[in-house]
This record gives sequence, C-alpha cells and structure tokens, in this order.
Amino acid sequence: MSTIERNPGMPLNLDWVENTQVNTSAVERRAASYSGRRSVKKQHQAAWLLKALSCIDLTTLSGDDTVNRVRRLCNKAKNPVRKEILKALGVEKLNITTGAVCVYHEMLEAASGFLKGSGVELAAVSTGFPAGLTPFDMRVEEIRRSVAAGATEIDIVISRRLVFVQDWQKLYDEVKQYREACGEAHLKTILATGELATFRNVAKASMVCMMAGADFIKTSTGKESVNATLPVSLVMVRQIREYYERTGYKIGYKPAGGISKAKDSLMYLVLMKEELGRDWLEPELFRFGASSLLGDIERQLEHHVTGKYSASFRHAMG
Amino acid sequence: MSIMKIFETMDYGLAPENTDEAMNWLKEHDRKFGQFINGEFIKNKKASYFDTSNPANGEKLAKITQGTQKDVDMAVTAANIAQDSWSRLSGFQRAKYLYSIARLIQKHSRLFAVLESLDNGKPIRESRDVDIPLVIRHFYHHAGWAQLMEDKLDDYEAIGVAGQIIPWNFPLLMMAWKIAPAIAAGNCVVMKPAEYTSLTALLFAEICQQAGLPKGVVNIVTGDGKTGAMIVNHKDINKIAFTGSTAVGRLIREQTAGTGKKLTLELGGKSAFIVFDDADVDSAIEGLVDAIWFNQGQVCCAGSRLLVQESIADRFHEKLIARMSKLRIGNPLDKSIDIGAIVDESQKTQIAELVKVGVEEGAELFQPEITLPEGGCFYPPTLLTEVDTAHYVAQEEIFGPVLVSMTFRTPNEAVALANNTRYGLACSIWSENINLAMDMAPKVIAGVVWINCTNQFDAAAGFGGKKESGFGREGGIEGMYAYLKPKYERKLKSGKEQKPFVLKIKNSMATVDRTPKFYIGGKQARPDGGYSQAVVSSKGELLAHIGKGNRKDIRNAVEATTKAKGWTNTTAHNRAQVLYFIAENLALRAEEFSTHIQSLTGNNKKDAEKEVYASIERLFYYAAYADKLDGAVHTVPLRGVVLAMPEANGIMGIVCPDENPLLGFVSLMAASISMGNRVVMIPSQASALMALEFYQVLETSDVPAGVVNIITGDKNELAQVLADHYEVESIWYFGDQEGSTMVEKSSAASLKRTWVNNGKSRNWFDNKVAQGLEFLNQATDVKNIWTPYGE
Repeated sequence: MSTIERNPGMPLNLDWVENTQVNTSAVERRAASYSGRRSVKKQHQAAWLLKALSCIDLTTLSGDDTVNRVRRLCNKAKNPVRKEILKALGVEKLNITTGAVCVYHEMLEAASGFLKGSGVELAAVSTGFPAGLTPFDMRVEEIRRSVAAGATEIDIVISRRLVFVQDWQKLYDEVKQYREACGEAHLKTILATGELATFRNVAKASMVCMMAGADFIKTSTGKESVNATLPVSLVMVRQIREYYERTGYKIGYKPAGGISKAKDSLMYLVLMKEELGRDWLEPELFRFGASSLLGDIERQLEHHVTGKYSASFRHAMG
Repeated sequence: MSIMKIFETMDYGLAPENTDEAMNWLKEHDRKFGQFINGEFIKNKKASYFDTSNPANGEKLAKITQGTQKDVDMAVTAANIAQDSWSRLSGFQRAKYLYSIARLIQKHSRLFAVLESLDNGKPIRESRDVDIPLVIRHFYHHAGWAQLMEDKLDDYEAIGVAGQIIPWNFPLLMMAWKIAPAIAAGNCVVMKPAEYTSLTALLFAEICQQAGLPKGVVNIVTGDGKTGAMIVNHKDINKIAFTGSTAVGRLIREQTAGTGKKLTLELGGKSAFIVFDDADVDSAIEGLVDAIWFNQGQVCCAGSRLLVQESIADRFHEKLIARMSKLRIGNPLDKSIDIGAIVDESQKTQIAELVKVGVEEGAELFQPEITLPEGGCFYPPTLLTEVDTAHYVAQEEIFGPVLVSMTFRTPNEAVALANNTRYGLACSIWSENINLAMDMAPKVIAGVVWINCTNQFDAAAGFGGKKESGFGREGGIEGMYAYLKPKYERKLKSGKEQKPFVLKIKNSMATVDRTPKFYIGGKQARPDGGYSQAVVSSKGELLAHIGKGNRKDIRNAVEATTKAKGWTNTTAHNRAQVLYFIAENLALRAEEFSTHIQSLTGNNKKDAEKEVYASIERLFYYAAYADKLDGAVHTVPLRGVVLAMPEANGIMGIVCPDENPLLGFVSLMAASISMGNRVVMIPSQASALMALEFYQVLETSDVPAGVVNIITGDKNELAQVLADHYEVESIWYFGDQEGSTMVEKSSAASLKRTWVNNGKSRNWFDNKVAQGLEFLNQATDVKNIWTPYGE
C-alpha cells in the first residue's frame, strides 16, 4: 500500500496561517503558463493519460443512485480501459484501475463488496456533504459509520462559515476530530473553494486542514458553481509545498469537479510535477474527482493506438 | 521508451515543433537573401554575404547580404521618394495597410515563430506566445493611431524618413515596435535588423509586399554595425531610432549631434526586482523566472538585480534555488523548454566572463545541475548571492540568465539601492501592501514599473528608459510622439545672432552702483571666478556689470537643485500657486521691467509693455497647466491598470533664446518648473541683466530655494558644463547651431535628454509655437506603472 509516511498533524500555528499572501493576478498568470511551458506528446502522452486515469476517484453522488448503478461504476473502476487497447499500448501488466470509487454512505456496503480484492480504494463523502451543516456530533458519527462500512477514504466538507469569520481554531478543532474519527481511513478535506471567494481564504484554510491532520486537501464538492480550476489548484499545491518544506510530511491533492477533458488532466499533472515533483504523480498523493474524464481519456488512448478519432459508444460506460 | 517505462518515470519526453515550413521558406530563397528596397528584393552580384545560423546547434540557415553604402543610399532614396505621398495619405488609408500587415502576420504566425526561434535560439513558447502575438498587436494598435492621427494628433506631422536599427534579442518584435508607429505616423523607414537575426525581418518584407504597401515605405537593409553607421550618418534621414547597447547608443548620440535628426534610444538596463516581506513569495519567484530567465536573460529590461528584504532573504533564496532546479534548458524548438540558446558564442563568453568576475569578487554562485545540450550555445540559469553594490556584477549589465541578489532593510533603502545605477529602464515591485507599492512606484527612477508582475508589454503602453537606458518611448501615445514633430516646426527660421551693444557713453553708470549677482539656492552669489562683464544698453550706456560664470558656478547651481527635491514632490496645486504668485509680483513691477526691456533692446515702450504682459500671461498659462497634464490610464489587455504618469525630468539645464529677453526666459522657466523640474537657467548674453533682475521677483514669490537658479556668462561655455554634468537629467538649448551641436554631443556621456533649436528662432509671442504640449512633453517623461489587480 502506501509508501509515504502519514501526516500526523501538528498544533495549530496561527503565524503560518496569518502570514499567508496570495496575489491573484500572479497566480492566474502562472497557472496559465503551464500549457505553454510544457507539452506531452505521443508515447509520453499515452503514459501520462494512463497515469491520470489511475488517479481518478470515479464518482457518483446522485440522489437516484442504486446498487446496480454503483455496481456498474465499480466494475468500470476495475476495468477502466478496453483490453485490446491496453494490449496495443503494451501496458496489460499495469493492471490499471482508477484510484478509487467515491459514493455516499448508503452505497458503501454494496461498493465494498464489488471492489473487494481489486486494489481500488473506496471513498465516502461525509460530514453532511455537501453543505456540512448537520449537527457536529452527527458529522463525526457519519465518519465512524462509513469507516465501519468499508470506506478506506473519507471526503469531508469543512465548515465554510468558519473561514469567513477566520475562526481558525474552531476549523482546526473540527477537522482534527474528523481525523480522529477516520482512524486508519484517509481523510480528504473538501474546502469548497468556489464558495470561499478568495485565494487567500483558500490558502489559509488549506494550511489549517493540513495542520489538523488532513491526508488530502480537495477543492470542491462538485456541487458549487465554480469547481476545480488550475489557479486555485496552484494556490493549494503551493500550500502543500509549504507544509512539506516546514514539516516533512507530504499531503495529497484532489481537484474535483469540472475536469472532463483528457488534455486538462495533463495540465493538472504538469502542475503537480512542476510545483511538487514526481512523488505527487501517484494516486496516493494525487486524485481527480471526476466522472466523465475517464471517457475522454479512453477515447484519446484509442486514438493513440489507431490514429483515428474515437467515439464514446466504443467504450463501456461507467 | 515504452509506455510502461514512461508511466514510471513520468518524463516529459520531446515535443519538437515542426520546422518544415520554415526550412521550405529558406529553400525557396536558395538560403540567400538580398536587400528589400523600394518594394523589391535586390540581389547585387558583387554583394558580400555573411552566414546566419541556429545558435542551438550551429547549423547554418542562410546567407545574408552585408549592406553597403550603395544599398543604404538606394534605400534612403526610395524612402524619401515615398515619403511625401505616404504622409499625405489619409489616416484611414494608412490604417488599412497596417491592418493588412497585422492580419497577414497573424495568418503566418507559426512560420514567423519557428523562424524566429531557429534564428535567435529563443524557446518556441516565447516566440509563439509572446513575441509574435505582440508584433500583431502592435500593428493592430497602430493601425488605430494612423486612423486617429487627424483626430488626436492634428497639431503634429510625420518627421520624415526614419532610420531604425534594432537588436537581436527580440528581432521581429523590436522591428514592429519601430515600424508600426513610424509608418502609422506617416514616416517611411529604412530598417536594419541585427546581423545575427535578419530572417524574420526578411519574411516581414514579403508581408509588406503581400499587403500592397506602397514601394519605399518600408526598406530593409541587412548588415552589421558598419551598415548601421551608414544609416546613422546618412544626411537624408530625419530620425534615428535605435535599440541596443548603451555604448553604441552613445556613439549614435555623438554622430547625430547637430544634424537636426530626431533621436530616440532604448538602451541597456540593470533593473531592480524588489521583494518586500509581505509579498506573495511563490508568485514573486515565478516573477523572477519571467524577469531573468525569459529569453535567456537577454532582455534590456530584465529584472537582473534582485533586492529582497533581509527578513525573508534566506527563505527566499532557498525557494528560488529550488525553483531554478526545475528550469528546463534545451532545444528552443522543444515545446517543453524554459531556456533556449544564447544568441552567439561571443555573448556566451561575455556572460561567463562576467560571472567569473562576480565570483572572484566574492559572490556565491549557484547553478542548478542541469546537463546542457551539446553542440549549441547554452548557458545555465545562474544566481549570484553575497553580492554588494560595490561589486562589478551589481552595476554592469550581464545580458544573460544571471541574477544578482542583494538585501535591504527598509523601503527607503530599497529605493536607494534600486536607484544606485547608471541605468533607469524598469523596476518590479512585489508587495501585497498597496500603500507601499504605490509609494515605491514614483520613487524608483525607471521608465516602466511593474507592481506584482514583470516584463509586461503592450502596444498601448509606453516603454523606454531614463538615464543611461536612453530616452523616448515606444508604445502608446507617448510612443507616437517619437515619430512626430509639431507642424509649426517646418516654418521656424534661422535666428539672427544678437550682438551685444557697444559701450558708447563713458561715465554713464547710475549714481548708485548696481550689483546683480547670480542666483543660486535661493541666494545671491558672487561669481566664483571673480570676473564680470559689462551690460550695455541699446543707446550705448553702461547699465551694470554682471558676473561671468564658470564651471564652478554651474556646479554650485546644480548642487542647489539637488537639494530642492521637495519641489518635484510637492503638489501640483502648490506649484501652480507659486507660479501665479510670480505672475502677480511681475505684474506689480511691470513698469520697471518694461523700462529694462526698452533699454536692453531698444524696443519702444508699447512693445516692451506687450512683452511684460505676455510674460505674465505665460506664467498664468503654466500655472494653469501645473495640475492638468494628467497622464493616462492605458487600455491594455490586462485586468488592472497601467498608469502613464508624466514625471518631471528632475534637474534641468535651460539655455535661453536671444529673442525677447523676458518672455523667452519666462516661457522656458515656467514650462519646466510647472511640471516639477528644478532648473539652472542660462540667460542669453543680451538679456542676462533682465534675468538677474527677475530673481527679485522670484525671491518675493515663495519659490523654494534651489528651484530656479540663474547663472550668466558665455552661453555656450556654460551650456557645455551643463551638458557634461551627470546630475543634470535634461537640457534645453535655445541658441545657435554650434551650441546645439555641442549640447547634443556633450550629452552623449550621460545620455541626458536634449531639446535644441538648431539655431532656429521662434516668435515667443505666438502661443502656437511658444507654449503648449510640446513644451510640457519635453519637461516630463512618461512612467508607465503596471498594476494588475484582483482578489
């Protein structure tokens, strides 16, 4: 399993939080430069797309989810690409799967069964997802129950209101208790960046979550009007770098929502490699929260093999 | 490499840009190019050629013609023939051609980008995403200026034929910066690209053909510095625009002195990159990447001097070093490359030598462990820390990917360090405190200031320097003025020298001796040399003895101006008040000055009174303007503002005309001090006494000490001292041709801005020629302050 030492968290250090500076325009300029500065072509592109695929948290978070729908998703996670394409790429031995399947609590039991022995992680959104406004003890209890039901990863939502009033202590305390409730399961903290309004807020909340013991910091629930973007990702991964430089612990990053094109996923990988390095190009430190991205990656992989543009009906739907 | 393997390494691999089209283009021309003169490519059988090659691999690309005097003559003739009809076209007609050029470059943008990277060695990312888009933008924008000439610049007209000489670091972009405004304004051009990088200029010549540009409007003559000198010294050229080294710029200033050629120079720099402790440090470091590792650091405005606040310096350097290790250096045509090739082996050697000097002086060297590609001209990104102002590398332009770093403690120290250089091109300021950043921007001496950004350029914003970084602006309306002259200028006639009157009547001195002294630092001062000269009235009476100034008097006067900085920093409202007060006090003594004018000039009472009242009106005029030369907010494609702030030149020397002793003096003094300059005035010999009488008016008008200083004596002798003086930032000379030549020539050392009359006189009563925008523009320099915003 994991080769990285898990972040134990640390006491809240308000200096690290308060001294955070983010210049929005400069962040946007840098984020816009990746596509011009780095280009991944041909063999490399195929390999990189496979890597992106292996980092996907294949997600369904709908009110109309059923056991059968979740089974289809789990089977897709285990067999994300048609066998003959993998063969043509010479990568059958990778036994490639997506990073995880991500569902609501109610679907965990079923999913856990479908995924058994596959190596695909099982993530549950939790703590009153997506608003996080259920009673606090119930949020903590929800984590415990999900872990008991087989979730190996818990995606919690932070209390956005604590960011607006800058009550970092309370935010820290909440996330710390979530982490304790997780036990062995990994904790991903969703900031709902689209709602936090400023990059400065995002940066500060990122740091507080990492201090409180987050294993991953994640952008969005997918339910906000603005989800993952490259600029907000840059803000968050710079905080991950800062935390790593100061503590030596590597925190993972998960952009979620709005990433549906293979080409976009490459830019996220470039960002991770440039800002954090090779170690962050593995599912243990990087995930995409996405549902339709996989389909586009499959089409691009087939194009790489055949030289012909592909069509979605040629690939199993998830 | 197998996909399995790449899946593990996650390397970028190669992403080479296809060069077939560019190679085909070279082949179509048999890899041999002639001169583009009068709309056609001309190959002379006797021509000699030099090679242009790809610095990334040494491969020879093509043969370029070495321009001869005959080539230059032909080009200048073609331009002169085209000049009249081109400048007479309507703005709309010229705009159509510029628009076509913009469109055509856009259509062939990738070919231009690839050719540029092949010839120059810059990463394809930069030529594709920066150079060529800006080139296109310049032609679009200036199509607009051509269109709006009649609307917005109706008092101005084309200068004539412009000789333009550009460097190799941004070959096509520098060409666009020069050609677009020149032809928009109605000038024709003779352009010489740099010898290392002529190819895109020649491709551009084809674009001119395709656009149907009238013959002779754009001529391109290739060659080395010798060809450049032929352009500079050509008698039928009216304007020289040069971008390049300070040394060559200085030579051009000397060679064009007194020829009447207008001149703009965009020269070297050692621009500061200031990081305060409240900056977004990660963003500032990316800023540095764009500042000093953009175009291999071969950028005149490169942020090559890092000034970082001491409290964050160690951490900043650590992060910077980590960032440098991520830079990728290699084949410029690879799309995943940050740093390409140095343009030529000689440049690389020079960079290496300067770095060696830095290390010998005690600098600590960091270069990341990057393997440099073999067979090309590459130099690694370099950081020199432990550098101090006294080190050679802290003062000299390296023109390569080499950053020197120093620390500062306070904002004031940051300003002092930033300005501790002979150059004054650009400055980056990084702070999240708007109060601090906006306070710093006016204090740094630079033509361009970037707040929380760096190396931002646009056709709508002016670019150019101060001090030894040259003068003149490119881009924006301030750039248009570089290719225009006031319409009245062609009507100015040569002035007549006014000989001093001869003393005829002995013992004519007034009963009480009058001892007008110099006026220095708000005090009357005796001449240092102890010599005086007689002032004789038109009737031959001895009016007084006035001091004969020498170089020490000038030195003292300039020193007084340096202490009067408060005048430049005070509010414009305050300056206006002082000017009004001068006018008021002059009005009180109108009769007395009228009498002086009569005795000095022999004019009748009516004319003398007219001159006094015109002087009072002129003071009112500039008092009015003191708070109305508003500058602009340039409309650039950026979320933010670009403030174009007119700033005082600072310390000025002003040599006054012979005509209209009071009015000439007052006109120049009022124009300059209204904008916040501090001045050393040299009155004409004929009117010297009048000027000295005038200090009594100044003394009663709350003019702070040192703002206006007056020295009398031999006009040209004193002008020479002012022109030579390194502290004097600008000089206006109204006198004879000989003096004009001398002033321009002597100003070459300090590269100060000059405005000379070349012996032409003007009617100081005529508001059209004796006041207005031309004076205000000459009294100020536009600083462009880029401030992106957004939270």
